[in-house]
Amino acid sequence: MAKLITPAEAVAFFKNNQTIMIGGFLNCGSPELVIDELLKTDLSGFTLIANDTGEAATNRGKLVCAGKIKKAIVSHIGTNPETVRLYNEKKIEIDLQPQGSLAERVRAGGAGLGGILTPVGVGTEVAQNKKIITVEGKDYLLEMPLKAEVALVYATYADRFGNLAFHGSTRNFNALMPPAAEVVIAEVEHISDEPLNPDHIAVPGIYVDYLIDGGCNGTL
Amino acid sequence: MELSKEQMQEIIARRVAQELHDGDVVTLGIGLPTKAVKYLPQGINIIIQSENGVLGVGGYQDDTTRDCHITNAGGFGVTLKAGGCFLDSLASFSMMRGGHIDITVLGALQVDAEGNLANWCIPGKYTPGMGGAMDLVVGTKRLIIAMEHTAKGAPKILQKCTLPLTAVHKVNRIITEKAVFDVAVDGLVLREISPYSSLEDIRNSTATDFVVDIK
Repeated sequence: MAKLITPAEAVAFFKNNQTIMIGGFLNCGSPELVIDELLKTDLSGFTLIANDTGEAATNRGKLVCAGKIKKAIVSHIGTNPETVRLYNEKKIEIDLQPQGSLAERVRAGGAGLGGILTPVGVGTEVAQNKKIITVEGKDYLLEMPLKAEVALVYATYADRFGNLAFHGSTRNFNALMPPAAEVVIAEVEHISDEPLNPDHIAVPGIYVDYLIDGGCNGTL
Repeated sequence: MELSKEQMQEIIARRVAQELHDGDVVTLGIGLPTKAVKYLPQGINIIIQSENGVLGVGGYQDDTTRDCHITNAGGFGVTLKAGGCFLDSLASFSMMRGGHIDITVLGALQVDAEGNLANWCIPGKYTPGMGGAMDLVVGTKRLIIAMEHTAKGAPKILQKCTLPLTAVHKVNRIITEKAVFDVAVDGLVLREISPYSSLEDIRNSTATDFVVDIK
């Protein structure tokens, strides 16, 4: 069973200088409630693993703007001018990743893999300091697994077992991050007392520790 | 004649539309490439994939189709065509990397005679990040660059890209408001001259040699 907690209670799982994963693609399927609680605390120094750093006034972007992110491992920062400014002033470390490689690295972290081999980035700056492995004459980059101490994800539906299901394009990284983190907190729009239809479950409940009622604010 | 930005974009988008075939699985970059959909010939239906996890993107949402949980990669609300589905980011990029996308159309900061592409970073000035562009161009069956021929008068088609690369030797075709080039093994081949340009104009605004082979 996943335990139902409040956004304020979720703060207890965060510590300074932790590595955290946060799901979402820009504003779509992006958890927000726990982030608003984190903004009320002195916690900082996080390494953020996420698709992007959002926008200045929403979700992950707010953590960047509040100076709480020391390093961001993301595929895109262009939609948040504050990330770009901090990066240009060398006040935040940005590790830009090809989006598909980022997804596979998260998967590897949760799937017990020692890394993944991808042709993406060969011959570009992304290949710097990475091992190149040649398989049947073709070069691949060895991309290492990513794990986190806490993952904060969004889901449209959950049951009390912690099973998660998604509507529309909200699956994005939300469906990948739970296996890769020690503590998983899901902000859910609809929590059901009845078990979800097993055919529809995208994230098995065994990966999910805590549920928060309320979920996404659903703005575009 | 001097073309406005809107005119240039329309010329390019109309030409890109001719590259798309019925049933193609297509990914289109944000901005100019996406405009090509408007000019698809009647009877040509394509399946648009969006990297954030939509296969079968329809149009933009209106008041009757509003749903904040269905967006394209630019974050705009879109509809899903009949037969479409949603993907998580692993499945979305497996589709791209695994060679399941027929045609990809992207913009570029620079593209060169070797088919190299730069579109994610101007060091020290502008670094939005590569997002899904690197994965996309590596796996697609055909890569078309759709862009304005020059940036503030400076050539964007070069002998060799000077900006950080997105991918090496991947571009198949370049479409601008002036010309259509193919990337061959030993350099660029000019295939079409736009009615709004001339061979001399193209030579003057392209920073690499090319072969002229217009059918």
